[in-house]
Amino acid sequence: MLIKKRAGLTYADVTPKALYMGRRNFLLGLLATYGAVTTYKKFPGLVSAAGPSGSVPVKLDGLVQGPFSKDNINEKVTPAQDVMHYNNYYEFGTDKSDPSKNANRFVTTPWSISVEGEVKKPRTFTMDEILKLAPLEERIYRHRCVEAWSIVVPWVGYSFSVLAKLVEPTPSAKYVAFQSYFERKQMPLWRDAGIQLPYVEGLRLDEAMNPLTLLCTGMYGETLPNQDGAPVRMVIPWKYGFKSAKSIVKIRFVKDQPPTTWNIESSSEYGFYSNVNPNVDHPRWSQAKEHRLGGGFFDRPIPTLLFNGYGDQVASMYAGMDLRKYF
Amino acid sequence: MIKTILTSTWTKAVVFALCLLPLAILIGRGFHGGLGANPIEFITHTTGDWTLRFLVLTLAITPLRKILHQPQLIRFRRMLGLFAFFYVCLHFSTWIGLDKFFDWTEMWKDVEKRRFITVGFAGFTLLIPLAITSTAGWIRRLGGKRWQLLHRLVYLTAILGVIHYYWLVKSDVTKPIEYAWVFGILLAWRAGDWLYTRWKRPAPRTVRNAPPPSAETA
Repeated sequence: MLIKKRAGLTYADVTPKALYMGRRNFLLGLLATYGAVTTYKKFPGLVSAAGPSGSVPVKLDGLVQGPFSKDNINEKVTPAQDVMHYNNYYEFGTDKSDPSKNANRFVTTPWSISVEGEVKKPRTFTMDEILKLAPLEERIYRHRCVEAWSIVVPWVGYSFSVLAKLVEPTPSAKYVAFQSYFERKQMPLWRDAGIQLPYVEGLRLDEAMNPLTLLCTGMYGETLPNQDGAPVRMVIPWKYGFKSAKSIVKIRFVKDQPPTTWNIESSSEYGFYSNVNPNVDHPRWSQAKEHRLGGGFFDRPIPTLLFNGYGDQVASMYAGMDLRKYF
Repeated sequence: MIKTILTSTWTKAVVFALCLLPLAILIGRGFHGGLGANPIEFITHTTGDWTLRFLVLTLAITPLRKILHQPQLIRFRRMLGLFAFFYVCLHFSTWIGLDKFFDWTEMWKDVEKRRFITVGFAGFTLLIPLAITSTAGWIRRLGGKRWQLLHRLVYLTAILGVIHYYWLVKSDVTKPIEYAWVFGILLAWRAGDWLYTRWKRPAPRTVRNAPPPSAETA
């Protein structure tokens, strides 16, 4: 459709003989422009202004080892090198290798999260406060991307419900909306993302209050690297990865189901719930299997599990719901 | 000078070696852990990208030889086209062998159900007869006119290739759109050239009676 339009675009105008030479130059000029633009896109660092340097992950001591610690989890943790260089963080570029290259200048200090909406005690939490609301716990979760690859990550944080209880949601709070940081100057590739920014996500209140839902401040025993959502992000292990918003700046408790970024982009492909489900395919690809990253080159794809294998903890929340309709 | 370079056998050998460079780099990366966290995806995307690039190069030959008045460039067209086919074969076999692990039922379901796979598969299939009939013998057997007509299928493959890419990406359509522009320009040039030729020499009979093109000029 699009190509048809472009193929027929100009040639009625350039065919006359007087413009014949112009056409040649035009073609060469376009090729040159194409080259210049591509070069610029490959090296955005060449033009972005030098600013204060971003945060560097620091070691976190005295992490609590609970039911999701390495002694209790029978999964091989994906190498940090793989996880930290294969990211979907469209504000820093849409190629998997882009965020680790482009996010290193991202300034994440000072940082705070504003918590508002249907709550009795709205307030702003500074990053220092967030790090001290509860003991930081190491939790090894499977993380399944909607693109059919998966990783196993030792996240650090505590249940989101800890923070939620402090602000005391009112009875009319039915959903929680999350908003990620967005600033064009710090995220110069935002225009290529093709999604509406700032990034917004949402959960039903009971999903948000489920103990598995993690307010995450670190991974691999350190604070979060920028490309993985520093300094604080969500991790919802039974949902596709895009539900776990990064670099959170605002949390709103709301009455109605909030808009979510990928659902806005393509509602037939990305539902509000987006629970990991091998039986409900993405319209463009199967969700039955996944490629576990960091394994051997000839590893077979492994079967994807309903709710990413966390059915015991979360399936009851969806009892009686048609998971094909509410995908 | 340029003509000497273009007609030299050595140049052909050098271009041939250059065309193998993307594969060599890929293999080199494979041995040094340079394929990233998702090597299968990396190989699939790289070979897919090079298929489109070789299609661009193949389709650029005719405009370039006319614009630059270098008819000898035609010597490279078949080779570039066959390299496009070579990289699409790598692309396709990566999907079969590494991505899907020879799960034929699932693959056929994908071809039927997933429109980006359907068009990609169609584009690949259309290249097969072109690769087979790329020899001088086949040009003779088919006759230059029919051979040329058949090989216009490559325009369709280029379009299907871009659609395949466009439907694959989640939201950032920058690169597929770039390819769409390049192919659009290359195809529009042909349309323009065709119209211009007709306008300049409105005598279709002379064209019809033209001798069939040889392997070098087809």
